[in-house]
Amino acid sequence: MSARRRRRAAAEEEEEEEEEEEKAAAGSDKEVDLEERLGELDLRSDSDIPDVPPPTDSTPEILKRALSGLSARWKNWWIRGILTLAMISVFFLIIYLGSFMLMLLVLSIQVKCYHEIITIGYRVYHSYDLPWFRSLSWYFLLCVNYFFYGETVADYFATFVQRREQLQFLIRYHRFISFALYLTGFCMFVLSLVKKHYRLQFYMFAWTHVTLLITVTQSHLVIQNLFEGMIWFLVPISSVICNDITAYIFGFFFGRTPLIKLSPKKTWEGFIGGFFSTVVFGFIFSYFLAQHQYFVCPVEYNSETNRFVTECEPSELFQMKKYSLPPLLQAVLGWETVNMYPFQMHSIALSTFASLIGPFGGFFASGFKRAFKIKDFADTIPGHGGIMDRFDCQYLMATFVHVYITSFIRGPNPSKLLKQLLILQPEQQLSVYKTLKSHLVEKGILQPSPRG
Amino acid sequence: NLQESESENKLDGETASDSESKSEFGGSPPVPTSDDTPEVLNRALSNLSSRWKNWWVRGILTLAMITFFFIIIYLGPMVLMTIVMCVQIKCFHEIITIGYNVYHSYDLPWFRTLSWYFLLCVNYFFYGETVTDYFFTLVQREEPLRILSKYHRFISFALYLTGFCMFVLSLVKKHYRLQFYMFGWTHVTLLIVVTQSHLIIHNLFEGMIWFIVPISCVICNDIMAYMFGFFFGRTPLIKLSPKKTWEGFIGGFFATVLFGLLLSYVMSGYRCFTCPVEFNNDTNSFTVDCEPSELFQLQEYNIPVVLQSVVGWKTVRMYPFQIHSIALSTFASLIGPFGGFFASGFKRAFKIKDFANTIPGHGGIMDRFDCQYLMATFVNVYIASFIRGPNPSKLIQQFLTLRPDQQLHIFNTLKAHLVDKGMLGRLEDA
Repeated sequence: MSARRRRRAAAEEEEEEEEEEEKAAAGSDKEVDLEERLGELDLRSDSDIPDVPPPTDSTPEILKRALSGLSARWKNWWIRGILTLAMISVFFLIIYLGSFMLMLLVLSIQVKCYHEIITIGYRVYHSYDLPWFRSLSWYFLLCVNYFFYGETVADYFATFVQRREQLQFLIRYHRFISFALYLTGFCMFVLSLVKKHYRLQFYMFAWTHVTLLITVTQSHLVIQNLFEGMIWFLVPISSVICNDITAYIFGFFFGRTPLIKLSPKKTWEGFIGGFFSTVVFGFIFSYFLAQHQYFVCPVEYNSETNRFVTECEPSELFQMKKYSLPPLLQAVLGWETVNMYPFQMHSIALSTFASLIGPFGGFFASGFKRAFKIKDFADTIPGHGGIMDRFDCQYLMATFVHVYITSFIRGPNPSKLLKQLLILQPEQQLSVYKTLKSHLVEKGILQPSPRG
Repeated sequence: NLQESESENKLDGETASDSESKSEFGGSPPVPTSDDTPEVLNRALSNLSSRWKNWWVRGILTLAMITFFFIIIYLGPMVLMTIVMCVQIKCFHEIITIGYNVYHSYDLPWFRTLSWYFLLCVNYFFYGETVTDYFFTLVQREEPLRILSKYHRFISFALYLTGFCMFVLSLVKKHYRLQFYMFGWTHVTLLIVVTQSHLIIHNLFEGMIWFIVPISCVICNDIMAYMFGFFFGRTPLIKLSPKKTWEGFIGGFFATVLFGLLLSYVMSGYRCFTCPVEFNNDTNSFTVDCEPSELFQLQEYNIPVVLQSVVGWKTVRMYPFQIHSIALSTFASLIGPFGGFFASGFKRAFKIKDFANTIPGHGGIMDRFDCQYLMATFVNVYIASFIRGPNPSKLIQQFLTLRPDQQLHIFNTLKAHLVDKGMLGRLEDA
C-alpha cells in the first residue's frame, strides 16, 4: 500500500476513535451521527467517501473457461475485445430492426444510466433508508419522460392522435397535466421531509434533478435527431466511438505527451491522431449512408399501416453535387472537381465536435468518478463497467447535433406549424392569412389574384 | 412566514448551543445577523422594547416594499422587467453564497467566475428566445441582431460549452468533489431561479394583470394566513413549520380567493393592465393599448340557485377573468405554501436563519420570494393551456423560414380551413 493510503487509513482510524468517544460522551443516536458525518463530509476534501468494494466479476462462465489458459492481462484484453464486438453487433441489429426498436433502446439506456447515477448518490449519502426516496426518484423520472414524450411524440403522431378523443384531451392540456404530476411529486417530497435528515433529503433531491437534466434531456434530443433521419443518429454516435478507439490506438503506438492531468492515459498524439481519423471516418461513412433512403429520410408514422416509414424524396443534402477543389488540393490530388454529398461537409463539423469537445464529456465523467471514488459507474458490462461508462463521451454530442440541426439544417416542422395555426382565434388566423398571402405574392410563389 | 423563523430553530429540538457547536462553520459560532436597520428607525424606536421594535421594523419595511411595488407598476413594463432581473440576480447570489458557506469553497479556483458566467449564459439564452418573439420587427431591421437571433441556439450552446470546458479544465486534485458539488448546486439554482424569473416576464407580456394578481394573491395569503393563525390558530399544520395552523391555512384560503376576486374586478377595468405588452417600432417603447379581449368584458352570469337565496340576486355581472382568478388564488393558497415549506426545510437543512440580511426584519430577497416560487410556473402553464394559443407573430416568423413548397402547402391548407369556417368569401381576397 502506498504511503498516502497508509496515512489515510490511519487518519480514518483516528476519526473513528474520536467519533466513538463523542458518541459515548453525548449519548447521541445513530441519526445525529449521520448528520455530523455528513457535516464533516462536506468539509474535507474527497477523503470521506468509502471506497467501493472491488467490482464483482460478472464475466460469463463460458468466456472464463475459454480464456482460462491466458494470463490475467491478456484475458482482460480479450474480454474487452469480445464485448466491444458484441455491443457493435447489437447496435447493427437494432438499426436493422428499425426506428421503433431504436427508440426503445434509447429509452432503456436512459433508464439504466439514471439508475446508475442515482445508485451512486445513495451510496455517497448513505441514504438507502430515506423514506420514500427511491419511489420519488423513479416518479420524477416518469414525470419528466412523460412531459418530453408528450411534446415530441404528439407532433409526429398527429394523425394517430387526431382519431382518438382521449389522446386529444391529453395533448391539448399536456403541459398542465405534466406540471400537475410534477407538483404532486414536489409536494410529496416536502411532506416526506424528516427532522434530522433534511440535508440528506435535499441533497438527494438536487442529485435527482441534476441527473434528470443530464440523462433525460440528452436521450430525448437523441430521439429527435433520430426522427430527423437515422443518419443524424448513426453518424454522430459512430464518430464518438471511432474517436474513442482511434485516439486509444494512436496513443498506444505514438503517445508521449500527456494531455490533461485528469486522465493521465490520454496523450496529445492520441488526441490529434484521433481527430484526423475521425474526420476521415465520418466523411467516408456518410458517403455510404447517404445513398440509402432508409437512413436519409425523416422517420414518419404512417397511420394506415401503423408503422414507421422512411420513404421520401431525398433532400438536397443527400444529392450528389460537384464541388471544385481549392487549387491547393487540386495539385495534391490531381482532380479538378469531386462529387460529394453536401451532408459530408456537415459530417466534418460533426466529427470535429466529436473529437475536440466530446472528450471533455469523458473528462467530466472521469472527474466525477474520482470525486466519488468509484472505478466504474456500475458492473453491467464485463470489462467495460456500466452503461454510463460507454456513454459519457456521447454526453454532449446529442445536444450539439440537435442544436446544429435546428440552426443550420431544417426549419421548423411544417405540420407542427400548421397545427398551431389551426388553434388560433379566427381573427388571428385571418390576419396571419393576409400576412402570408402578401409575403408569398411578393416572393412570386403565389400568383396575385385578379382582384388582389 | 412572518415570525416563525425566529422560534423555528428552537422548536426543532436542537438548542441554539447545539447548532452552534456543530462543525458547520469550522467550529465557530454562526455569524450573528448584523443589524441592518437604518439609524433613523433605530432612534425613532429606541424607547420601545425589543419585541415591539421588531414588529414595527417589520411593519414599516412591509409597507415600504408594497409602496415600492406600486411605484414600479406605475413606471411600466420596462422597469418591471428590470426589477425582475435584479431580483433574480440577487436570489441567485444569495443561494450561491449559501453554497459557498456550506462547502467552504471560497478558495476554489475559478468558481465564482464560472457561476456568474453560467448565470449570464442561461439568461442570454432565455432572453434571446423571448426577446426574438416580441421584438420581431426590431430584430429583423438590424443586421447584427438578425444574425444573432437566427443562430441563437447555436451561440448560446457554444457559450455554455465554453463554461463547461472551463469547468473541466479547472478540476483540481483533492477538490474534485467540492467542485462537482458546486457545479451541481449552481445548476439547480439556475434551474430554480432563472427559469422562474423568465416565466414571470412571459406572464408580464401577456398583460400586467397576469403578473400583479398572482403575486398579490401570494402576498395576501401570507398575511391572511398569519392573521387567522394569530387570532384563531390552534391545530398545527405541518411538523416542518410549527407555527402554521390549519385555521390559518383555511382562513387564508377563503380570504385570498375573495381578495383575488375583488382585485381582478378592479383591475379588469383598466386597459393598461389587461392588454398584452407590445413593443411599438415607431416610438421604440412599450405600449399597452388594445381592444380588451373577451376575458375582460363584463358578462352576465346566473347565480346557482343555492346562492340566489343567500345573496338575493338572480344574475351578477362579472368579468370572466374573475373566474380564472379563483383558480389562481386557490393555487396560491393551497400549493404556494409548499414552496414556503420547501424553503423552510432548506434553511433547516443548511442551518441558516435567513437567506441573507438584505431586508431588515425580513431577511433576504429569497425569503420574500419563496412562496412565489411555484406560482410563476403555474400561471405560465395555466395561460398556455387555457387562455392563449400560440403567438401569431412567432408563427409567421417560423413560416418565413420554411421552403417555398412547404409555405404554399400551409397557405393552401389555411385558406381551405378559413373558407370552411366561412371566414373567407368564395373569392380569393378577403
